[in-house]
Amino acid sequence: MATVEVTFTPLAAHVRTARLVATAVARRSGVAESLMDEVRLAVGEACSRAVEAHARQCPDEPVRVALSSREGRFEIEVINTGNASAAGLGPVPKPADGNLMPPGFALAVIAGLADDVQISETDTGTSVKMSWPLSGSLAAGSPA
Amino acid sequence: MAQEESVDLKLDHHNKDGIEIVDVEGEIDVYTAPRLRELLIDLVNNGHYQLVVNMEKVEFLDSTGLGVLVGGLKRVRAHDGSLDLVCTQERILKIFRITGLTKVFGIHDTVDEAIAHRKSEK
Repeated sequence: MATVEVTFTPLAAHVRTARLVATAVARRSGVAESLMDEVRLAVGEACSRAVEAHARQCPDEPVRVALSSREGRFEIEVINTGNASAAGLGPVPKPADGNLMPPGFALAVIAGLADDVQISETDTGTSVKMSWPLSGSLAAGSPA
Repeated sequence: MAQEESVDLKLDHHNKDGIEIVDVEGEIDVYTAPRLRELLIDLVNNGHYQLVVNMEKVEFLDSTGLGVLVGGLKRVRAHDGSLDLVCTQERILKIFRITGLTKVFGIHDTVDEAIAHRKSEK
């Protein structure tokens, strides 16, 4: 079970909230302060990507973010609904708002930020899992 | 001088030595980036092709924000213009390094340095 789970309607305004929650839980779980900017940026990228996918495919479905710590690592999973070609790993059409960055750019940024990244297709959509090492006494197994 | 405000992003701009300085404060993300995009487009449409974006007070920048800056650069270059950045914050510079955009933008420590660099290029 995740330590904290957040679901939000796929609106860009809520991505900031997801970032704030993720960094608060990461800090509480024992992620080093020096990694906090990376956590914040990576979860923001994953949520932005999920919001874009939902906006195109399923605007009524919430984006889900699960935050947990286990085995000395802090893990964030961002799950979006929709098939892989439109919302997951396949080509993403250029957004109407004129974002010039190429498809997959957000995932490339996440890969550059997170200590460990796994992207997979689920039965209902795409999952982006990212994790960072815990430090201090909380890494030894104390619950967050 | 014009000013726009919202909860997460504050935009301001003024002219200095013939170069339009855009001061950005707050968070540039998927929610707020469209406002910066609109401002850059407005400036270009009003004939400002030499831009310096001062990011010293930016607390957060994601790939959507990077896209807006790249879009601004593309627009000014279409008029033989320039878009330089001012940023010394490691947390912001890191995303430019990860994405290789340090080779695309001129990134300076101060607005005066950016202006001096631009004048020397003319």
